[in-house]
Amino acid sequence: MSTDMTADGAPEAADGTPEPGAVAVAEAPAAPRAQSGAIQGRSPWQLAWLHLRKDKAAMISLAFIVVLVVVSISAPLLAHWIGWGPTDQDRTQGLTVDGLPVGPSGRHLLGTDNLGRDILSRTIYGSQVSLLVGVVSTLLAVAMGVLVGLVSGYFGGIVDSFLSRAMDVVLSFPFLLFAIALVSIYGSSLAISVFVIAFFSWAAVGRIVRGQTLSIREKEYVEAARSLGANDLRIMFVDVLPNLLAPVIVYTTLLIPIAIVFEATLSFLGLGVVPPTPTWGNMLSDSQDFYQVAWWFPLFPGLALLLTTLAFNLLGDGVRDALDPRAERLFQD
Amino acid sequence: MLRFLIRRLLSGALVLWLISVFTFGIFFVAPDNVPRMICGRLCTQTQVALITKQLGLNQPLVVQYWHFLDRLLHGNLGYSYYNSEPVSTLIGNALPVTASLAVGAAVLWLVGGVTIGVISAVRPRSLLDRAGTIFALIGLSMPSFLIGILLLYFLFFKLTTAGLAWFPPSGYVGITTDPLEWAHHLILPWCALAFITAATYVRLTRSQMLEVLGEDYVRTARSKGIAKRRVTIRHALRAALTPVVTQFGIDLAGLLGGAIVTERLFGLPGLGELAVGSVTRQDQPVVIATVLLAAVFIVMANIVVDLLYAVLDPRVRLS
Amino acid sequence: MSTDTTSAEPLVEVQDAVKYFPIKQGIIVKREVGRVHAVEGVSLTVRRGETLGLVGETGCGKSTLARCITKLHPLTSGKLMFEGQDITGLSRSQVRPYRRRMQMIFQDPYGSLNPRRRVGSIIGDPFAIHGEGERDERKPKVQELMELVGLNPEHYNRFPAEFSGGQRQRIGVARALALKPSLIVADEPVSALDVSIQAQVLNLLEDLQREFSLTYVFISHDLSVVRHVSDRIAVMYLGQVVELADSEELHDRPRHPYTNALLSAASIADPDQAAARQRIVLTGDVPSPIAPPTGCRFHPRCPKAQEICVQQVPPLLARSGDPDSHLTACHFPVEPGEDLTRVTATIPDEERAE
Repeated sequence: MSTDMTADGAPEAADGTPEPGAVAVAEAPAAPRAQSGAIQGRSPWQLAWLHLRKDKAAMISLAFIVVLVVVSISAPLLAHWIGWGPTDQDRTQGLTVDGLPVGPSGRHLLGTDNLGRDILSRTIYGSQVSLLVGVVSTLLAVAMGVLVGLVSGYFGGIVDSFLSRAMDVVLSFPFLLFAIALVSIYGSSLAISVFVIAFFSWAAVGRIVRGQTLSIREKEYVEAARSLGANDLRIMFVDVLPNLLAPVIVYTTLLIPIAIVFEATLSFLGLGVVPPTPTWGNMLSDSQDFYQVAWWFPLFPGLALLLTTLAFNLLGDGVRDALDPRAERLFQD
Repeated sequence: MLRFLIRRLLSGALVLWLISVFTFGIFFVAPDNVPRMICGRLCTQTQVALITKQLGLNQPLVVQYWHFLDRLLHGNLGYSYYNSEPVSTLIGNALPVTASLAVGAAVLWLVGGVTIGVISAVRPRSLLDRAGTIFALIGLSMPSFLIGILLLYFLFFKLTTAGLAWFPPSGYVGITTDPLEWAHHLILPWCALAFITAATYVRLTRSQMLEVLGEDYVRTARSKGIAKRRVTIRHALRAALTPVVTQFGIDLAGLLGGAIVTERLFGLPGLGELAVGSVTRQDQPVVIATVLLAAVFIVMANIVVDLLYAVLDPRVRLS
Repeated sequence: MSTDTTSAEPLVEVQDAVKYFPIKQGIIVKREVGRVHAVEGVSLTVRRGETLGLVGETGCGKSTLARCITKLHPLTSGKLMFEGQDITGLSRSQVRPYRRRMQMIFQDPYGSLNPRRRVGSIIGDPFAIHGEGERDERKPKVQELMELVGLNPEHYNRFPAEFSGGQRQRIGVARALALKPSLIVADEPVSALDVSIQAQVLNLLEDLQREFSLTYVFISHDLSVVRHVSDRIAVMYLGQVVELADSEELHDRPRHPYTNALLSAASIADPDQAAARQRIVLTGDVPSPIAPPTGCRFHPRCPKAQEICVQQVPPLLARSGDPDSHLTACHFPVEPGEDLTRVTATIPDEERAE
């Protein structure tokens, strides 16, 4: 067949292998033609990852999160190494003579709390709850939201009206208040926290997915798929879903810190995980009466919370920039 | 426009109704030891049975809901299980506190956030901009109670021990009693509540302004000789404000949540405190009333935001 | 364009096709307040092996008609026959087997391919959808198709973003060819391409038609392109066919005033001829298909409009002096030699477009 010229005139040899230096016309950033032989196209995901790698703030955040996860998983090991478990009370030197927390020292690197428990150990264990609840509830919310949004946006009509209405209702609930109410009835526990946070987050995801689906549905390649005879299920999962993933992933990374803060707030109000299990939220709550005399008590869990949330926010910002450079950055320089 | 309004009101009413059903259902599916709680520890079975009958708790759920809805539409919010006071009174007492907190904080974050955002956009990369960005960064990553504790620590504790007792740690004084003291007690709570939300507005306003300032029509206005400040405020800001309005609506909706934590931290007897307290006491009527009130507020806020949107952006009106 | 493989048996038959799109409004329940008259009573046949060109301005209904033929839109009324079978009222699952035999090529090379899927997967879609062969069996078939349309089969794993516009259209063609259809409806397949690339893709289509005995319905707004590729041409205006004739016949002796206007606007290569000819400029814009004009829909803009044109819809039939294959829908067809720039309409001013 005849040889083709790429639209900007870069010539191709007769068998189609590119001349050196040829650049493909693309909406995505130019993918350098790789070595010949089994030519693998650089997927949009690979390109995004390469872009992300250049974002220093995002990379540092990613490193921090990885370290945090490792610390969280190896908490028992670390506790053993420190010498204090999260619920162990130091009966000899844990409190001052007046019964107040002891400051950072060689014995307790970050000090003790009002019951003489080691703060470093508790902070480490606290990360388990925050990460677990934050990530799991987000994943649940996203799974639910994507499913509902996809079905709602794709089918339209009555299904859409009904599901949209459901999402509106959930979004109109006074979140925290209702969460508190639910927790107080059904008791507070890890599972309840996860469920409650997921319940109030899925609708936001659903709305966004629905909007995206509505616009993707009108694209010509969906029409093409239909003209080929594809059924709805196939179109939804093979054609629409891959194009949804990018905004969904971005939203997920932004949702995680929100979930973490939500959990911390719940445990701050005494409605999260049951004590004596430490969470950063309930540690901060306990510190309310002692911050005047024990600055370390709120500082370390507070710092941990702040840094974790910050890391997820910066990472999410970087991911968003990598996947869709045209979107606004959260923190622009 | 009218059709738009009607449609929004209808859908809002539907949403509120669904919320009322949901709320009611949640609470009455729960284990029901309310009569026992009211009656106290030394209760006999007969007394419990009596109270149950009195409160109509032994009737089928649908009937109870019907009564509830009926009373609600007549303005009767019921009586607290805890201290038998009318719920409306309880809410009436708590509302001004929360309102003071909310309004003050809202003004603070809106004005503060937008101003810093505008300045940041007008002078990108300046020291002020950098400071603003860091402020936004931190604010978006913090839960409100953390800010509250920090404020209490530094502005109350440290200052007081240093001899400058400028800020009180807790308590509320009504505005009618003593306006100065009212503000005095609310400054720290306002800052705590506003700080985090302001961060969103700083970044939002900044990015919107930057985008608008880059538009051709702004350049045209400048080249016509209009002063820079006037261009910024009159032309650019108005265009940039639409997403800010949407955000404001979202934040109004989440206000009660923020208030709950702040009221707890600063000891303010507002709706948040009332709600949390009644939830832990399983004082159903108060909880339901508070939830519904909050929901009404949220729905209304959303409608107002939609209307404002239509006013600001003529394209919305025409669609 | 095609040679003498044209046979008498129609591949596609459309009878009185009508397609309306409802416009709905309402607070709680939406009711129909108007309709877009996209296609209004079109009857056509497409013969096996030929290329039928469909020409018209934006909004004339040609794309809608094409989608009705390929069952992407259900017809509001009328009959559709394919290979002698009535496929008008079939459900989606019943239509499915027919989809192997009729395919579409789309206009937008950037929008008609899923940007998140690899090219091999896109071309192999028809095989996957209709359950032909295992995944490893498909790859060689796909690569064969790629070679057929002039693409390097080693680019199997690339993404659409890595190809030029012309190459993407080739991918679309490969996808359409996969199941060896008998009919291909091409909706403005070259309109979005640069002129030099257009020629390449058109040549490709021509070669493929010869090799696989394909039948084309070729839609375009560009008369010069259509003239080159089609055996017969149907001119559409506001949902109706206004003229239908063999390609050369239409160019030599256009009878409908609208066809004349279109032809006069087409580019002529010879600069002397171009300077010599008189452009027929139509007044006004195309009216909205929501409230189309009465009688002959072209009357507000027609230089020859008379009273009867406002009242009566002209039937589509052969005029005196024309071969039977040349149909025109006009009360006052243009006579050979008639100069439309010197003609005036006699209808009252309110009926005329601005």
